[in-house]
Amino acid sequence: MEPSNLAMFWAAVVCASILIYVVLDGFDLGVGILFGTVRDEATRVAMMNAIAPVWNGNETWLVVIGASLFAAFPVAYVVFMGAFYIPLLLLLSGVIFRGIAFEFRFRTQRMRPLWDWGFFLGSAVMAFVQGAAVGGMIIGIPVSNGQYSGGTFRWLAPFPMMTGTGLVFGYALLGACWLVLKSKGALHDWARRRIPWLVAAVLVVMFTVFWATADLNPLARGNLHTRPWGLISAGIGIIALIGVVAGSRSKQDWFPFATTVLFFISAFLALGAMFWPYIIPYSITVGNAAAPDASLSFFFLGAVVILPLITVYTIQVYWIFRGKTRDVTGE
Amino acid sequence: MSLDPVFLSRVQFAFVISFHIIFPSFTLGLAAWLAIIEGMRLATGNPVYRRVFDFWLKVFAVSFGMGVVTGVVMAFQFGTNWGVLSERTGAIQGPLLGYESFTAFMLESTFFGVVLLGRERVSPTFYFFACCMVSLGTMFSSFWILCNNSWMQVPLGHTIVNGKIVPADWWAITTGPIVRVRWPHMVLGAFLTSGMCVVATGAWYTLRGVHPAERRVMLHWGLGLVAVLVPMQMLLGNLTGGYIHKYQPAKFAAIEARWKTQQPASEALFAIPDPAHERNRFAIEVPKLGSYIESGTWGSRELGLEAFAPEDRPPVIVPFFAFRIMVGMGLIMLSTSWWGVILSLRGTLEKSRWFLWCAFLAFPTGFIAVLCGWFTAEVGRQPWIVYGILRTKDAVTPSLTTGSVVFSLLAYIAVYGVFGSFGLYYIYRLLEKGPSGEARPIPGATANRPMAFAGDAQTATGNLPHRQG
Repeated sequence: MEPSNLAMFWAAVVCASILIYVVLDGFDLGVGILFGTVRDEATRVAMMNAIAPVWNGNETWLVVIGASLFAAFPVAYVVFMGAFYIPLLLLLSGVIFRGIAFEFRFRTQRMRPLWDWGFFLGSAVMAFVQGAAVGGMIIGIPVSNGQYSGGTFRWLAPFPMMTGTGLVFGYALLGACWLVLKSKGALHDWARRRIPWLVAAVLVVMFTVFWATADLNPLARGNLHTRPWGLISAGIGIIALIGVVAGSRSKQDWFPFATTVLFFISAFLALGAMFWPYIIPYSITVGNAAAPDASLSFFFLGAVVILPLITVYTIQVYWIFRGKTRDVTGE
Repeated sequence: MSLDPVFLSRVQFAFVISFHIIFPSFTLGLAAWLAIIEGMRLATGNPVYRRVFDFWLKVFAVSFGMGVVTGVVMAFQFGTNWGVLSERTGAIQGPLLGYESFTAFMLESTFFGVVLLGRERVSPTFYFFACCMVSLGTMFSSFWILCNNSWMQVPLGHTIVNGKIVPADWWAITTGPIVRVRWPHMVLGAFLTSGMCVVATGAWYTLRGVHPAERRVMLHWGLGLVAVLVPMQMLLGNLTGGYIHKYQPAKFAAIEARWKTQQPASEALFAIPDPAHERNRFAIEVPKLGSYIESGTWGSRELGLEAFAPEDRPPVIVPFFAFRIMVGMGLIMLSTSWWGVILSLRGTLEKSRWFLWCAFLAFPTGFIAVLCGWFTAEVGRQPWIVYGILRTKDAVTPSLTTGSVVFSLLAYIAVYGVFGSFGLYYIYRLLEKGPSGEARPIPGATANRPMAFAGDAQTATGNLPHRQG
């Protein structure tokens, strides 16, 4: 079934929300992952403060994705949640644990090691399961009668494990670039030194993944070959990564973050080239998953009034807290 | 009742949503309370209202934060465990629940931020306006939930196309006769919940001899509001009973533990229902009262559970007791608030330690009533998940295994256990400490990070000041 205009609109909303979520929550999850690799209290406080005003709002987009998916593509929502039952549970536990750790670590001395572990583990697990879900989608999700028909641990196959690991490094890279952007002094230099290593880790995982994809899914591979924009996106992604390494030496602190974001956008487009027109690869198309237009138009008002409001608010918060976070030096 | 995915998913949903509903019902009431107090401050200029406001604002913020976090989990429950339900009814439930999420975020991104952080940046009148909008927003948010649940109780405004249930008349779905009664019933339940907490906090300070000016505001305002609202709530409860009697007769029979059809029908005030033998043990019954409550006449014929096929009957014990506990809590609130109002008219409110202890111990009555009301509504709807259309046993995600649900249920219990105990601990600490002057800005706090308000400024971000715009 061809998707209606409303269905296309909602597909665009879901895609945009995912991209916004990945970039925004990606960097604060990344800072959480890097947080686990330092021991020094002053550095940890500095890292926390670099994401304090924004991390909670970043996770808002996760619910925007879930709500839009349920409302506009109920079948896709159901299959996705069924296929990734355990990863989703881990993701939500991660959201909660990070939340508690963030608000409570400063209010206690005795329990602080526990919250620090919770913050690091919650961040790493959230990144990993998101990556594993992408891997699970690239393999393809089996469906019968509009419901997921695979096993509980399909997402634990070697391929999703690789993509999961890749996203942990990818988010850590975003986090390091965010710290370069927002901090000064020792923390700034520390984060900058991590960038080339993280880029290398991302590249190693990516090449392993693409070598595996060649074997794993002819449909995804075929799609990439017949859609030049997919290959072009992948190429831009590689160039962007090289730019990140080169930029980490420059004085322009925004450059590594901007190029990493470019990398994530191009990776997202390459995935789109692999999947389109499927919303659940390679079982359910966007057109078949869409709710009737009576539902899509009823919810349309929510999208055109409320989503711009949330966007304006998000921009406003980032604007208020723009520039270097004061006293976040890690010294 | 075996440990299959259906039963375990029901337990999990009940656990997660019971935990969640505590916080939204508390914040729904507190938002209205804050608007009232800010209105009084604006009208009188009395600084005590400012101190009371700033104090409850912190409690509100932490509770709001906990509601949002537990609500994130709710947004995914429908898909993870109730796949068939979501697939078949997603065209209706998806937009309704989606609007709820969007409404909550819209609130967070607009007036909530003004109320939390904008006291010094906007005019007093606009600040009051923002308080009212936050209260209105929380009510609006609950409206979508009640729309959705009312549709599951009595489906209307839909058609069935190829086995999928799709919307035909949104107006009927959002403004039907059921939601018109149940939404106000829930809103008032939330007001009473918070009202009793405000009263109990005032009583607590009086017993401890602290915060004399602030506790007086809490006691007098809280008692007055509860005393007026309880009778209104009882009227709405009666209307809710009316819709159940009309549209869900099996649920009604279960609430009354009426096994046999009776004319005239008696009313069981107390009993221990015995489902195995389809009779009541130790029953205390009033003859003819059942008919009167249900129809207003003393001789009407009332259906018993025997009138329904065994596979269409709901469980009896939970609806029967949950309903009576809810009504009992209402009676406790009614007597506490009226007793308190009489004492305050006599001017002996703060000297009557007996009363103060009762009022203090009555703090959970609203929460218990809200939970029991929902237990009655949801268990009484069984064996249907969408009444008359889809059975609960057919609604679960087919790929779900018992092992997965056991794992997720244990995980939610563990995570919520830790999260809940810390959240409640900080709310308790805030309440124990009481009002302490005017609130100071907390660095790095934003409207979508309300949990930052769990303590004072020094403890929020490890002493490091932030860039503030």
